[in-house]
Amino acid sequence: MVSAKNPFDMKGKHFSIKDRLTATNILALAIFVFLALVPLFMPSFRVNMFGKYMCFALVALGIDMIWGYTGILSLGHGVYFGIGAYCMAMHLKLEASGSSLPDFMTWSGVTELPSFWQPFANGAFTIISVILLPVCLAAIIGSLTFLNRIKGVYFSILSQALAYALATFLIGRQEYFGGSNGLTGFTTVFGKSLSSQTTKYVLFYVTLAALAVCFILCRKLVSKRFGRVCLAVRDAENRARFTGYSPAKYKVFMYCLSAALAGIAGALYVPQVGIVSPTDIGIAPSTEMVVWTAIGGKGTLIGAVLGALVVNLFKSLISESFPSIWQFFLGFLCVAVILFLPGGLVSLKDIPAKIREKKEKKAANARETAKAHTENDGTAES
Amino acid sequence: MDIFLMQLFNGLSVSSIYLLAALGLAITFGLMGVINMAHGEFIMIGAYTTYVVENLWTAIMPQGASDGFFIASIFISFIVSAVIGVILERVVIKHLYGRPLDSLLVTWGISLILQQAARSIFGAANVSVSCPSFLNENIPIVGAFSMSYKRIFILILSVLCVSILAFLMFGTRPGRNVRAAMQNRPMASSLGVNTSVCDMITFGIGSGFAGVAGAAITLLGPVGPTVGQSYIVDTFMTVVVGGVGKIIGCITGSAIIGLGGPTFEFFSSASLGKVFIFIVVIVILQFRPKGIFTIHSRSLDD
Repeated sequence: MVSAKNPFDMKGKHFSIKDRLTATNILALAIFVFLALVPLFMPSFRVNMFGKYMCFALVALGIDMIWGYTGILSLGHGVYFGIGAYCMAMHLKLEASGSSLPDFMTWSGVTELPSFWQPFANGAFTIISVILLPVCLAAIIGSLTFLNRIKGVYFSILSQALAYALATFLIGRQEYFGGSNGLTGFTTVFGKSLSSQTTKYVLFYVTLAALAVCFILCRKLVSKRFGRVCLAVRDAENRARFTGYSPAKYKVFMYCLSAALAGIAGALYVPQVGIVSPTDIGIAPSTEMVVWTAIGGKGTLIGAVLGALVVNLFKSLISESFPSIWQFFLGFLCVAVILFLPGGLVSLKDIPAKIREKKEKKAANARETAKAHTENDGTAES
Repeated sequence: MDIFLMQLFNGLSVSSIYLLAALGLAITFGLMGVINMAHGEFIMIGAYTTYVVENLWTAIMPQGASDGFFIASIFISFIVSAVIGVILERVVIKHLYGRPLDSLLVTWGISLILQQAARSIFGAANVSVSCPSFLNENIPIVGAFSMSYKRIFILILSVLCVSILAFLMFGTRPGRNVRAAMQNRPMASSLGVNTSVCDMITFGIGSGFAGVAGAAITLLGPVGPTVGQSYIVDTFMTVVVGGVGKIIGCITGSAIIGLGGPTFEFFSSASLGKVFIFIVVIVILQFRPKGIFTIHSRSLDD
C-alpha cells in the first residue's frame, strides 16, 4: 500500500512489488495457485468438483460486478447461466446423437429436428451464442428497466420473476428442451470423449483459465475511470446523473457484462457436470449465486470467487454426510454474515486492525482522562 | 367458453390468496423498506397450523363438531403466524431497516431455515386437510362451469380481511400512526409516534394475514414445506405492479396477476402463461415505474 498518511504522495505513479502485496492480492494469488495445483493432489472426482465450483465462481464474479460495484441486485442470474448452459448442452446433445434425433425428442413424438436446434450443430455458432444470447437478453431487459429508472428492490423482484418464468417455460417444453429432466446423456465435447481423463483435465484448466482471465479483466475495468463512475452510480445515482453521467448506460453495460460471464460459466458447467436442467436455473439456485457473493464479500471481486468456492465446498462436504443440515447451515450462515459481517469473509482480514484501532483509542482516552485529572488537581491546589 | 369461465373463476380465488399474502408484504415494505422473502413461509406456517388444528380437533372434540375446526383454524393460523412474525421482526428484521437489498437475502436465509424446520417436523411429503362438509358443494352455472363453495368462501374471506385491514389503517389511531410513519418516518417519530412499535404491530398483522392465506390454500390442495415458494413470486409481482404500501394497489395487482395468468394460459399454454405475465408486468412498469398506485412524495432518493 502507498503510505496511508498522505495519499497524494505517490512518488510518480510507479507501484513497486511491495505496494502490490496487499492482503487481497495475496489472497487472490493463493486461491489461483491452489486451484492450479488441485489436479496434482486430489482424486479425479474432486478435481471435477472443483471444476464445477470454478464455474460458480465465474457467475459470482459477474454478480459482484453488478451488485458490489453498481448496486444492482439481480436475483435471476440463473437465467443467463441457464442460457449459456442450454446452448452448450444442445450442441453436445447433437454431437452425442449423431445423425439421429435426440432421444427425448423421439419420446415426445417430435419427428424432425426443430429449426432453432439446427445451427447448434456448429461448434463456432454455439460458442458465439453462449456469449451473445445472454448479452442480448440482458440488453433488452436492462434497457427496459434501467432506462425507466426501475431500480433497487423492484428490479430484484423482476429478475426473480424472470428466472421463475424461464424455469416454468423450460419445464413445460418437454419436446424441445427435455422438460424437468433437462438435457443429459452427452458423450463427446468437440470430438473428444467426455469420459477420458485428459478431457477432464483439459476442461478443468480451460475453466481455470477463463476464470483467471475474467477476474483480471474485471479488476482492470473496475480500477479504471469506468469503474469509478459505476461506484458513483451505486452510492449516489442522482448525484452521478446531475454531474452529467447517464447511470442507465453504465448499468446496462455492467448487466450485459455479468450476463456474459454467467453464460460462459454455464457453457463450461455442462460438459463437466454432464447435465443441465431447470432446477439449475430457478429461483433457489439464482438466489444462492447472490449468497455466494455476499458470504465471500461483495465489492472485492476476489471475495466473490472465494465465497463461491467455500460455500460450495461446504455444501458438498455437508450434504455428503448430513443432507438435511445443509439448508439450516446455509440459512444461518446467510443471516449471520449479512447481519454481523457485512463485508463477507474477505473483511475478516480487517478485524485485527479494527481491534488494534479500538485499543489505541481506548489507550488515548485513558491518557487524556489521566491528563485532565492531573491538570484538575494542579488547579485545585493552587 | 364454460372452461374459460371456470378458469377465470379459479383465477379469482387464486387472486384473493395473492391479495391476502400481498397485503402484509406491501405494507411492511412501505413502512420499513424491508422486503420479506420469508413471507411465503408464513403461508406455509398457516397451512401447517390448520393441519395441526384439524388433527387436535378430531382427537379432542366429539364426532359431530368436526367441521368447526376450519373456522377455528383460521383464527389460530392468524395468531400463530403473527406471533412468529413479531419474534422474527424483533430478533432479525429490526436490524435491517432501510437496507432493502440486504433484507432480501437475510429473509431468504430465514425462509430456508423455516422450510427445513417444517420438513424436519412434518416430513418432506405433502399433507392434506379434509375440507369441511359445508364447503364441499358446487353451484352449477353453465355447462361444465360451476362455482365451488370453497372458492367462494376464499373470496369472501379475503374481502373480509381487506375490510378489516382497511378499517385498522384508516379508522383507528394506531393505523393513522402507521400511515404517518410510512409517509415520513423521522417526522412521525418526532411528533411522538412510537415507530418501533408501529413496525412490530404491522409486521405481525402482515404475517398473520399470510397465515390466513395459508389456512385458505389447504382448501385447494395438499400442502408441503415448499408451498410458500409457489405463491411468493406472484405475490411479489402483485406488490410491484400494484404499488407499495397501498391496499388499493394490492387489490389491483392481485387482480392483474391472478386473472391474467389463467387468461393467457387459456389462449396459449401453461408454460407460456408465466412468460406473458412477466411481459405484462414489464410493460406496465414502463409507464408506472413504481407501480400503479404510489405514495406521493417529493423526496428525490426514494
